[in-house]
Amino acid sequence: MRKSVSAMLLVAAMLLMAALTGCGEDKKPAEAPKAEQKPAAAAPAPAAPAKEMQVGFVYVSPVGDVGWSWAHDQARKAIEDMDGVTTSFVESVPEGADAERVIQNMARKGYDIIFTTSFGYMDPTLKVAEQFPGITFMHCSGYKTAPNMSNYFGRMYQARYLTGMVAGAMTKSNILGYVAAFPIPEVIRGINAYTLGVRAVNPKAEVRVVWTKTWYDPATEKEAAKSLLDVGADVIAQHQDSPGPQEAAQERGVYSVGYNSNMSQFAPKSHLTAAVWNWTPFYKDVVEKVRKGEWKSGAYWPGIETGIVGVAPYGDMVPQDVRAKVDARKAEIVAGTYKVFSGPVKDQNGAVRVPEGQVLSDQDMLGMTWFVEGVVGSTQ
Amino acid sequence: MDMDTALLLSILAATVQSGTPILYATLGEMFTERSGVLNLGVEGMMIVGAFTAFLATHLTGNPWAGVLAAGLCGGGLSLLHGIVCLIFQGNQVVSGLALTILGLGLADFLGTPYVGITTTGFQAFAVPVLADIPVLGTIFFRHDALVYLSYLLPPLFWLFMARTRPGLALRAAGEHPAAASAAGLSPVRIRWCGIFTGGFLAGIGGAYLSLAYTHLWTNNMTSGRGWIAVALVIFAFWRPGRAVFGAYLFGGVMALQLRLQAMGANLPSSLMLMLPYALTVLVLLASSARGGGRAAPAALGVNIEPEE
Repeated sequence: MRKSVSAMLLVAAMLLMAALTGCGEDKKPAEAPKAEQKPAAAAPAPAAPAKEMQVGFVYVSPVGDVGWSWAHDQARKAIEDMDGVTTSFVESVPEGADAERVIQNMARKGYDIIFTTSFGYMDPTLKVAEQFPGITFMHCSGYKTAPNMSNYFGRMYQARYLTGMVAGAMTKSNILGYVAAFPIPEVIRGINAYTLGVRAVNPKAEVRVVWTKTWYDPATEKEAAKSLLDVGADVIAQHQDSPGPQEAAQERGVYSVGYNSNMSQFAPKSHLTAAVWNWTPFYKDVVEKVRKGEWKSGAYWPGIETGIVGVAPYGDMVPQDVRAKVDARKAEIVAGTYKVFSGPVKDQNGAVRVPEGQVLSDQDMLGMTWFVEGVVGSTQ
Repeated sequence: MDMDTALLLSILAATVQSGTPILYATLGEMFTERSGVLNLGVEGMMIVGAFTAFLATHLTGNPWAGVLAAGLCGGGLSLLHGIVCLIFQGNQVVSGLALTILGLGLADFLGTPYVGITTTGFQAFAVPVLADIPVLGTIFFRHDALVYLSYLLPPLFWLFMARTRPGLALRAAGEHPAAASAAGLSPVRIRWCGIFTGGFLAGIGGAYLSLAYTHLWTNNMTSGRGWIAVALVIFAFWRPGRAVFGAYLFGGVMALQLRLQAMGANLPSSLMLMLPYALTVLVLLASSARGGGRAAPAALGVNIEPEE
């Protein structure tokens, strides 16, 4: 008898715990959409001619991360300031089944445009898009489209190339460190572009890569940066969302290059510049086009000329001649007279991948799985 | 000093640093298990420690307040385990697992607004005189206060267990609670102490991640270190000296695999990232082959039934 009583109590305790954790998980999506209603917009009924646009965002990480989701949220705030637009967002949505529920919830509430900003949201977004043909879906960093769903990304590699030029000019040891997330084409493309930029100004330099297999793990990413510093690197670049590598560079008194957003607040003494996202112009354009009925489904990959990617303000330590050189190359890329992956480009083994006079196609860039000459590391 | 020696020393110094959070958690879990309670909630208590340490430091500006908060909250969470196992005689394995899930969920839920903020935390400082010892100084005495504190714990742990009456009582509760009870001790009360101390140390292990290793808080930042601590207790045969060895061995492999990549070793990174975890499995195999199971406290995981 006593056993069964204690067993029941155990079950009760477990249920209580499960309920507690369950609340913790469930409450978030319910609470987080902070629909910031504009007081002036409250009066007109939904059927009024000047249509009130409702735009929703689904983020994979907390908006406070000063990284990927933060950059998207800056653009959300900017379109919130547009006339007749209200926005809301849900943060920290795990990729997969939970994402579908969150997206579906937004669609049911009658949002006009829904931006889903992580690769793993692609299939859930497509599924919901098929159920709600009247809503415009924008999925970032994937490849699937539907009549009411586009995918989009930016040519971050152009900004990577320019930050590489700065790093190549500033290194003294000619060893540069790159703390990288996962060996996928997006990250490999960034490392290659960075290396081409480095060697455009400093052909003797090499870029060493350490994979952490994390997008946001400050401890591991900082340790990876330290391991690069230990082998003599004196500029650290990164492709993760945490400022861990920046912290490591500043503690060791060397330079760093940020990613996503201006990371200088984390390492003011070491931060040379950063390859940054600026989604605002693109998002504003999407909202305008949907409002006017001009939006078309497609796969968009705009470059630095639209301002979607860019280079953060240079640190004080970057000399004038370096700034001038990088700015000049930036102007050429913006004008379309210079392409980052223009031949001759050799791979790690010295084999020519892009012959003289040719430019790597978008298709090849999107599926890149090899390192250019000058990178030390494995793509596996 | 040539490049290779410097690199080797830096790997060893990094070994101590990445081993420290695991060392705190391992010693904590060892303490709990020596009192006869198995608590698989280490990961949950660590993450709660990491968050509360960050929050308290962020609010007060004093990292020691953070360490204290981490210990108290890690310990507080472990008391739930005590309630389930010591009052209601619940299954210790299930309760520990629930504690991990609860801890991760709680920290994630409460901590999201604090992601992306940096705090002051602990900074490295060289210990006068000791830091100038060749080789050893570089490896052991150029870290932060929490690392130095962790050096004191294993000897204290050993002294307590081997040479004091409360230590003997704790072991009695873990080996033969009925005998302890017959000798006029209260094994249930002793186990409460064992559980709380274990939670306290696991919390500090978490605090190390958010206050010293980095100065940031993020969700899931313990990333499995709590589970490694649980495995290391078995590897260490429940002895503090071997816990130090185990924690540093593990930290060393973590530090080494990143540096192998940085040195340009052309090996698949997936293979190298697997090393620490493959090592955990090997270590468990080796310790069970050597009869490690027999070193466990005899009443580990067995609840004390209330007397009629």
